[in-house]
Amino acid sequence: MPVVKTVELPLTRQEDVVAVRQRTRSLGVEIGLTIVDQTKIVTAASELARNTVIHGGGGKATIEIVKEASKQGLRLTFEDCGPGIPDLERAMQDGYTSGAGLGLGLGGSKRLCNDFAIESKVGKGTRVTIARWKA
Amino acid sequence: MGNTRLAEIIGRHERDLLAEWTRRQMDSFGTGRDRISETQLRGNSQDFLRALTEALLRNAGSDLRRQEWSSMKDLLGEISRQRATQGFTPSETAVFVFSFKQPLFTRIASEYPNDSEGFAAELWTATELLDELGLYTSEMYLKSREEVILRQQQEMLELSTPVVEVWEGVLALPLIGTLDSARTQIVMQNLLEAIVARGANLAIIDITGVPTVDTLVAQHLLKTVAAARLMGADCIISGIRPQIAQTIIHLGVDLSGVLTKATLADALQLALKKKNLTVARS
Repeated sequence: MPVVKTVELPLTRQEDVVAVRQRTRSLGVEIGLTIVDQTKIVTAASELARNTVIHGGGGKATIEIVKEASKQGLRLTFEDCGPGIPDLERAMQDGYTSGAGLGLGLGGSKRLCNDFAIESKVGKGTRVTIARWKA
Repeated sequence: MGNTRLAEIIGRHERDLLAEWTRRQMDSFGTGRDRISETQLRGNSQDFLRALTEALLRNAGSDLRRQEWSSMKDLLGEISRQRATQGFTPSETAVFVFSFKQPLFTRIASEYPNDSEGFAAELWTATELLDELGLYTSEMYLKSREEVILRQQQEMLELSTPVVEVWEGVLALPLIGTLDSARTQIVMQNLLEAIVARGANLAIIDITGVPTVDTLVAQHLLKTVAAARLMGADCIISGIRPQIAQTIIHLGVDLSGVLTKATLADALQLALKKKNLTVARS
């Protein structure tokens, strides 16, 4: 999949989540996502970026503008070298949380995007990749 | 240490040192020279020379932590703060000290015509010292910038959390910006305190100005609503734009237990109705 533009952002503090949201939004505007699609991907980015900071102990976010055939989209990757998720199936379930949140972040993000992939190894870290395509 | 010798050299050449140094500084600013007047620059430079000579005469060495340097440090701190607010870049600010090197080195060279060893030693002393002073200037510049940022952050904390009474017993809290930081705690607290202070039993939380409502923001809102309810006040959340409504649904956040309205006007209307009040045309 050809990548048109790549932006990498660190994710170590809570404030970095704000930067990820802002960049995601501005790149969404750049490729002409509708306001609803922008809001969806920005919200998903917010959830996943916060997971990286809080549960992953920090990591990085990569935001890419990607092209496939004639359509354009945003692809976001969140990586950390944290403790990993022992039971992915359970983590994806609504209402399950290892912390004090609502437990909707992962499942919600999946529903807000077109593509969603998660890999996690206990003791190694977690990587989540999402994409939203221009309608 | 050749400290006092350096002071002598500066003293002897003070006038032309000052003239050349000021000219160099003006040249280095190029197009940005209108940000600072030549008089101010000359004044700064004169103060610098005075403080420098004074410290050198007291054999202060190049360790800026020594007490002899305190008036110099105050001066550089003041200059850095000035430059930071006048919009100078960090390097433009540090140039103030570094541009003194060349004029000074020329004078030192002329004082040691046939003594290359003495010249080298004196030059080293001067370089070391000016580097320290230049670095200190940059540091102070950054520090004053950080102070500005910190002050703005605190101003924003205060700015963004006003609780207003829109009707007797009806409070409104217009939220603006990011809601996942320390601010949220303040927002919640402000609202709950205002509910007690004004004896309100209805509160409208307007989120028109909140760009992203994710699960954390939703959780904060739900907690605030629950806390207000415990205190006997009902909350109405207004300003839910179409894209936010869709996102909340996809996220799976359950707001069904909360009164919600699309606009603040709708929320106010509902609040008045709950108070058995009607607005009539006169």
